[in-house]
Amino acid sequence: MLTKLAWRNIWRNKRRTWITIASILFAVLFGSFMESLQEGAWGNMISNVVNYYMGYGQIHQKGYWEEQVIDKAFALPADKIDAIESIDEIGGVVPRLESFGLVSATNITRGALVVGVDPEAEQSMTQLADRVSEGSYLVDDEQAVLVAEGLADILKLGVQDTLVIISQGYHGVNAAGKYLIKGLVNFGSPELNKQMVYLPLKTAQDFYGADGLLTSIALKIDDQDDIDSGLAAIGEVLDTTAYEIMKWDALLPDLVQARSLDSAGNYIVYFILYSIIAFGIFGTILMMTKEREYEFGVLIGIGMRRVALSSVVWMEIILLGMLGALLGIVASTPLVWYFNQNPLRFSGNYANTLEKFGFEPIFPAAFDLSIFVVQAAIVFVITAILAIYPWLKIRRLEPVKAMRD
Amino acid sequence: MDVIKTQGVTKVYNPDKIPVYALNGVDINIEQGEFTAIVGPSGSGKTTLLNIIGGLDRPSDGEVFVGGQDISQLSDNQLIDFRKEYIGFVFQAYNLIPVLTAKENVEFVMLLQKRSKEERDQRVKELMDSVGLSDKLDSRPAQLSGGQQQRVAVARALAPKPTFILADEPTANLDSKSTENLLDIMARLNKEENMTFVFSTHDQRVIDRARRVVTLVDGKISHDERRD
Ligand SMILES: Nc1ncnc2c1ncn2[C@@H]1O[C@H](COP(=O)(O)OP(=O)(O)OP(=O)(O)O)[C@@H](O)[C@H]1O
Ligand SMILES: [Mg+2]
Repeated sequence: MLTKLAWRNIWRNKRRTWITIASILFAVLFGSFMESLQEGAWGNMISNVVNYYMGYGQIHQKGYWEEQVIDKAFALPADKIDAIESIDEIGGVVPRLESFGLVSATNITRGALVVGVDPEAEQSMTQLADRVSEGSYLVDDEQAVLVAEGLADILKLGVQDTLVIISQGYHGVNAAGKYLIKGLVNFGSPELNKQMVYLPLKTAQDFYGADGLLTSIALKIDDQDDIDSGLAAIGEVLDTTAYEIMKWDALLPDLVQARSLDSAGNYIVYFILYSIIAFGIFGTILMMTKEREYEFGVLIGIGMRRVALSSVVWMEIILLGMLGALLGIVASTPLVWYFNQNPLRFSGNYANTLEKFGFEPIFPAAFDLSIFVVQAAIVFVITAILAIYPWLKIRRLEPVKAMRD
Repeated sequence: MDVIKTQGVTKVYNPDKIPVYALNGVDINIEQGEFTAIVGPSGSGKTTLLNIIGGLDRPSDGEVFVGGQDISQLSDNQLIDFRKEYIGFVFQAYNLIPVLTAKENVEFVMLLQKRSKEERDQRVKELMDSVGLSDKLDSRPAQLSGGQQQRVAVARALAPKPTFILADEPTANLDSKSTENLLDIMARLNKEENMTFVFSTHDQRVIDRARRVVTLVDGKISHDERRD
C-alpha cells in the first residue's frame, strides 16, 4: 500500500521525474565513462611498462631490492622453479643476472646495465628479439652480446665489433671479458637505449663468476586479475624469509604515485559533477516537499503516523535514485564496451613519444562492472542522503499550519 | 454522555509579541448524535476550535475531553492514532490524496488500521453507495467535481467508524445544488446511524439545517441555540 502510494507519487509529475532520472543517469554515465577511460589508460600504461622489462612480479633474495648488488644473487633449485612454473596463474619465469659494469671500445668507456638473460624466456615476456634492429638475437650459451643502439653509437661500435666489459663479480672477484656484438637493440626510452647490454644467462654467470646464480626472476602473468593469487601461490612454494616476492606496484612506486596523483585530480572533477547533480536532485526534492505540504498535513491529520509518511516519501526518492542509477548502468555498458573494443587512438606528439617507447598509442576503456556499480552506488548514496530533508520536514510538520497554506 | 467536552479552552497566537486570542475561554459540551453548526464572523475562532477539538492543535489553556479522555495528555503519536480511531475529518477542500482513486481514498484509514480486505471492501461499497457515488469507485479526485470530492471525503471520514465527524466549512467551495446534496447525506447519516457531526459554516442554508447552532464572537461563545 505504502509502496503503491510511493510509486504513484513518482509519476505524478512525469516531466520532473524524467528530468531527475535523466540527471542521475548522466551522472552515472559520465562518471563511469571517465573512470573507465582513466582505469583503462592506466591499465594499459602499467601493462606496457611492466611488460617492457619489469614483469607483474619479481622474486629476489631477501633484501636485494633495497640494495641491488650482485652479492645478493641467489640459486633456486630446479624443482622450485618447476613448482613456480606449474602454478596456473604464472605464465612463465624469466631468470636474470644483472649488475652494472663498464663497457668500452678502444678509448671510450661508459657505464652500462649488463644483464644475463635466458633468450627464450626473455622473448616470451619482453619480446626482446623484436627490438633487434640490426644483426641477430642471442642463442643460449654463446659468447656474444646485444647492445642498445644508443650505447653502440656512443662507443662507435657496430655489429661484429668486439665489446669489452669490466665489472665487479660475485663476492669481489674481478669480472672482465671480450664479446662479439651480435646485434643492436632499439629502445624507445632514451634511458634504456644508453645503457642496456644483454648476454645469454650462462655467459653472464661465467662473466660475473656467479655460476648457477640469479639476481632476479621476473614473472610473466597474463591476466592482471591473477597477480595477487599467483604471487600468493609462490609464497607457498618459497621460503619467504629467504626470498622476497614483490608485486609490480612495489617495484614501480613512482608509477603508483603518478597514478594516485592523477586520480586525485579526478576526484575534484567528480566532486564538481556530483555537486551539480546533488543540487539538481535537491531542487526536485525541495519543490516536491513544498508542493505537498498541504497533503502531508491532511495525511497526518487523518491519522497517518509521521514515520509512515516519511517512509513513503523516502521510498519515492530512493526509487527515483535506483531507477536513475540502474538506467545509468544500462546506458554506460554499451558505451564503455564500445570504447573498450575500439580504443581511442592518440595522434600527434604524445603518440610519437609512446610509439618511440614501443607502445601502441591507444587508450582502451577498462570494461569493469565494478566501475559502473561504484558510480551508481555513489549517486544512489547521494540521493539517499538528500532524502533526509523531507524526512526532517515531515517530522516537524504541523498539520494545522500546513493546511493554512 | 458527552462525546466532546471543553473547559475554559483558550488559544493565544504570538503570546510574546502582540497576542491574538483566537479562543478565549470556550466551554462546550457536545453529545452523541448532535448535528451542530459552529458559526460566527470570519476570524471568530471557528477553525481554531474545531482543530483543538479534533486534536490537530493544542489549546494554550483549558481542557479538552473526547469520549471522556483528556487529549491534551497525549503524545504526538498517540494523538495521531487517536485521530485515526475516533475522529473523522472533512476539510474545506483538497481532502483527497490525488494519486489514489475514490475507493482507495475511502479505504486509506482502514488500511492504516490494518482492517481485513473483506471488511474494507464491504465498508467502501456501503459508504460509496450511501454518498451516491458507487459508480465512481475508480475515479481519481481530479476526475470528480468539487461536490463529489466532498462526498468522498465524508465517506472517508466515516470509514473507520469514528465517534464523531468534524467538518470545517465543508460546503465553502460548493454550488448550492452540491451543498444541498452533501447536507442531505450528512443529515441522513446523522439520523440513521446517529453519527455526531460538528461543522463550521458561513452559509445560511447550512445553518438552517443544523439542530444546534453555536455562535462564536471574538473567541467566545455568544449564543448557543438548540432547535430540537
Ligand atoms: N497560526 C496563526 N497565527 C496567528 N494567528 C492566527 C493563526 N491561526 C489563526 N489565527 C488568528 O486567530 C483568529 C481565529 O482564526 P480562525 O481561523 O479560527 O477563525 P475562523 O472563525 O475560522 O475564520 P474564517 O471564518 O475566516 O475561517 C484569527 O484572528 C486569526 O487571524
Ligand atoms: Mg476558518
